[in-house]
Amino acid sequence: MTTSNFDLAVIGGGPAGMAAASVAAERGLRTVLIDEQEYLGGQIYRSITRTPLKKRDILGTDYWRGEDLVRSFRASGATHWPSTTVWSISRELELGLSSGGKARLEKFKHVILATGAVERPTPIEGWTLPGVMGAGAAQILLKTSGMVHDGVVIAGSGPLIWLIAAQYLSAGARIEAILDTTPAGAIWRSLPALPEFLFSSYLGKGLGLLAEVRRKVKIISNVSYLRAEGDGRLQAVVYRRSGREERMSTDLLLLHTGVIPNLNLANATGCSQAWDAVQRCFRPNADSWGATSVEGVSVAGDGAGILGAEAAAYSGRTAALGALFRLERITLKDRDAIASTEQAGLRKVSRGRRFLDLIYQPSPAIPSDPTKACRCEEVTVAQIRNATAMGAVGPNQVKSFLRCGMGPCQGRLCGNTVTQVMAAERGVSPADVGYYRLRSPVKPLTLAELASMPRDESDMKAVYRN
Amino acid sequence: MAELSPDVIVIGGGIHGISAALHLAMTGCRVVALEKDHCGRHASGVNAGGVRTLARDPAEVPLSLAALDMWYAIGDLVGDDCGFECHGQIQIAETEADLVMLRSRVDGLRASGYHHEEIIDRRELAELLPAVSDTCVGAAIARRDGAAIPFRTVLAFQRRAKDFGVVFREGEGVARLRRLARDWEVTTSLGERLTAPTIVNCAGVWAGKIAQQVGDQAPVEATAPMMMVTLPIQRVMEPVVIGSSRPLSLKQLANGTVLIGGGQSGTPVPHENRTELDFSKLHRSCVTVSELFPILRGLTVVRAWAGLEARMSDGIPVIGAGSAEGVFHAFGFSAHGFQLGPIVGRIIADLIVRQATDMPIRPFGIQRFAGCNA
Amino acid sequence: MFRRLRDRTATSGDVAFTIDGKLVSADAEDSVAAAALASGVLRFRTSTVSGEPRGPYCMMGVCFECLLTIDGRPNQQACMVKVRPGMRVETQSGKPSVAP
Repeated sequence: MTTSNFDLAVIGGGPAGMAAASVAAERGLRTVLIDEQEYLGGQIYRSITRTPLKKRDILGTDYWRGEDLVRSFRASGATHWPSTTVWSISRELELGLSSGGKARLEKFKHVILATGAVERPTPIEGWTLPGVMGAGAAQILLKTSGMVHDGVVIAGSGPLIWLIAAQYLSAGARIEAILDTTPAGAIWRSLPALPEFLFSSYLGKGLGLLAEVRRKVKIISNVSYLRAEGDGRLQAVVYRRSGREERMSTDLLLLHTGVIPNLNLANATGCSQAWDAVQRCFRPNADSWGATSVEGVSVAGDGAGILGAEAAAYSGRTAALGALFRLERITLKDRDAIASTEQAGLRKVSRGRRFLDLIYQPSPAIPSDPTKACRCEEVTVAQIRNATAMGAVGPNQVKSFLRCGMGPCQGRLCGNTVTQVMAAERGVSPADVGYYRLRSPVKPLTLAELASMPRDESDMKAVYRN
Repeated sequence: MAELSPDVIVIGGGIHGISAALHLAMTGCRVVALEKDHCGRHASGVNAGGVRTLARDPAEVPLSLAALDMWYAIGDLVGDDCGFECHGQIQIAETEADLVMLRSRVDGLRASGYHHEEIIDRRELAELLPAVSDTCVGAAIARRDGAAIPFRTVLAFQRRAKDFGVVFREGEGVARLRRLARDWEVTTSLGERLTAPTIVNCAGVWAGKIAQQVGDQAPVEATAPMMMVTLPIQRVMEPVVIGSSRPLSLKQLANGTVLIGGGQSGTPVPHENRTELDFSKLHRSCVTVSELFPILRGLTVVRAWAGLEARMSDGIPVIGAGSAEGVFHAFGFSAHGFQLGPIVGRIIADLIVRQATDMPIRPFGIQRFAGCNA
Repeated sequence: MFRRLRDRTATSGDVAFTIDGKLVSADAEDSVAAAALASGVLRFRTSTVSGEPRGPYCMMGVCFECLLTIDGRPNQQACMVKVRPGMRVETQSGKPSVAP
């Protein structure tokens, strides 16, 4: 087992990761931030150091807050390993790492998982057609490559819908329509309070920008059903509103119903998880320092629970303080004193977030029977319901039976759906159904990479006979 | 309630337990099968699926050959082909020394009247396995061998067993086992009490604990044989491949994915129902595959896992009557039990119903461990 | 389909590579997936299960839909690979073959 030259591995280059690594390094832990992306920023601040967009306005002022975090990180003395994938973490904190086509194992004293969020899978009939993407994908194309698509339809619910719409408008792109699936009444009930919470976090321009989007873009509210249609690629989206079905031509449909923690690495490491009934997703169990059920593994940021980018930084710094204390680099007194500022900040932004969660609480409705719940193995909602009716009690059983969850995405696009479909079919809470039991490697790697791992002593001595 | 007083209680819902339950029910016995998780949850559901007579311990050979005949009629037995494909199994000789070893085994088998294995030369190896490195010198082959889909097989056996009236109690394990006059009384983890004159211990990794409660000793070692699977690629391999001097198991499934195993064990944690992977060992399997099949080096591994499997110190299972009356065992299959599933069920049923079996099971007696500390 | 904003910085240089033999030009920081989309390629592969067409969905390495064969290596997540001059990219039809 190779022991790292670093004490602490922070995984993820977004706000939580950068903040955690900065604090830990500043206070003397040998810290490395490991990220699979080439540049710092994670997803929320994607391409913040390299975006080709000249007009800073396009992305909104909150985006540029990320620059402070990058600056702090670069000044902190922490090391950065970009383009490096972490594909496993053992209970002894031995990390499986891969970069440049080679894999290796390295043992750390503490690990902070800051793996952020992924878009909640939004399965609709026809969602596997080329031309249907997540709203986050369009944002990445804009931020990283300065690309837009005129005539886009944006469908779903949640703050990101408005953010990407505002960014597109700012970039001069044409939006065909926004199909808002937020249930009737929710928006109007909460609209007076909405700007204070939503736009103070993300757009910084408040009600004005929301109004501009509503003024310039056709918005169809109370959409109750969506279907993507086309021959070989997306050509139209069908939707239902007030009992009527309508069709709208488009080449690009962006789906979005919020974000959920990216918990594959935590799950595969053995961290226990719990169902969050408000956000309707699983998140790792963690104490106020981010410590999980696995000794030496902490979580921070959206990967611990969706609180947004600002909260992620506070949470990252708190987790770093927890690690510093565990590794006996600061006293309990100092830890608590320094943390109190962070925790106050975290509380402030979380208040706003919770309100947001309630407005945009995802619908418990499950997708229609023909919808592919698992894209990789093409398993439909109907098949999962049948298997559940025949006695499968949880996602792991249904996975063995139908192969859903066995594809390369390892449940990232189907896990949430499968759990909710089974829960609805069994008439129990998703908490009772549970989630896939994930395993390493959490990201794929080639045989050549695994074969290239440095041989340890026991390899040299091993008689290859079992 | 009749369900609480069956003729036989089978403990363990893996392939052997279900096969035993099915064969017993086929003779008219009333059977209840207890499974603490769900059927096929452990070794039986997650193994490499090899249907192999090749490279067996000599004691297993007659059972394995009988089982293979049952596999060829598996559709009749359980109403599902279980994904059984037969393109042969090949054991590669990397070196002349390997080939000598294989040849000696094949000669020994022939001397005992068994002709299921042959030696093939470098040329025929290249024909049957174009992807293999030309540094390999030859192989042993069992042409009638193949592979099936483990979880599908377990479910098929379970379905057929249910058709014959077997009652499966899943999510329910054995809390306590004791003798009551002429019966065995099982108190389950849900507090139910079942009694039956006969019990069958097919509890895999947990079989040693069951054996203890009925007065038998069996030092069961928990292991966690590791597997990897890749993204689908075009068909490059028909036969199943195993190694000789280096552990390896390699097969390409119908869906194009490649399954890599090979006798490397991770860390079993049976009391928590889980296993841990050991990537430094999986690395060795990857080295072996890369060296023997260079074109597979670019394959993408998307998943690894390890089931909980029971191993006996001599590498062969326990099959047969226990010391106490009404007790029968079938466990400890040491990472090569899947193929034996059909025959083991028949053997157990024969022992219980006819008090005799035509299969030579003496080497598998649990008595060989008498005096060992479990 | 997707178009580039004209108002981009000079980090965009021209990188030339091929997709199914056709010459494509990309910005220096493009992922292969972004460059492919910008050049009008929407269908990256066909599913190995049903043969239906698939294209990028998440652009962040999570969905595994954007798999392309790059310089002979199959099943590369195109959104995670940066373009390089002279790169040879091929869309995948069903199960890809392995490079020798």
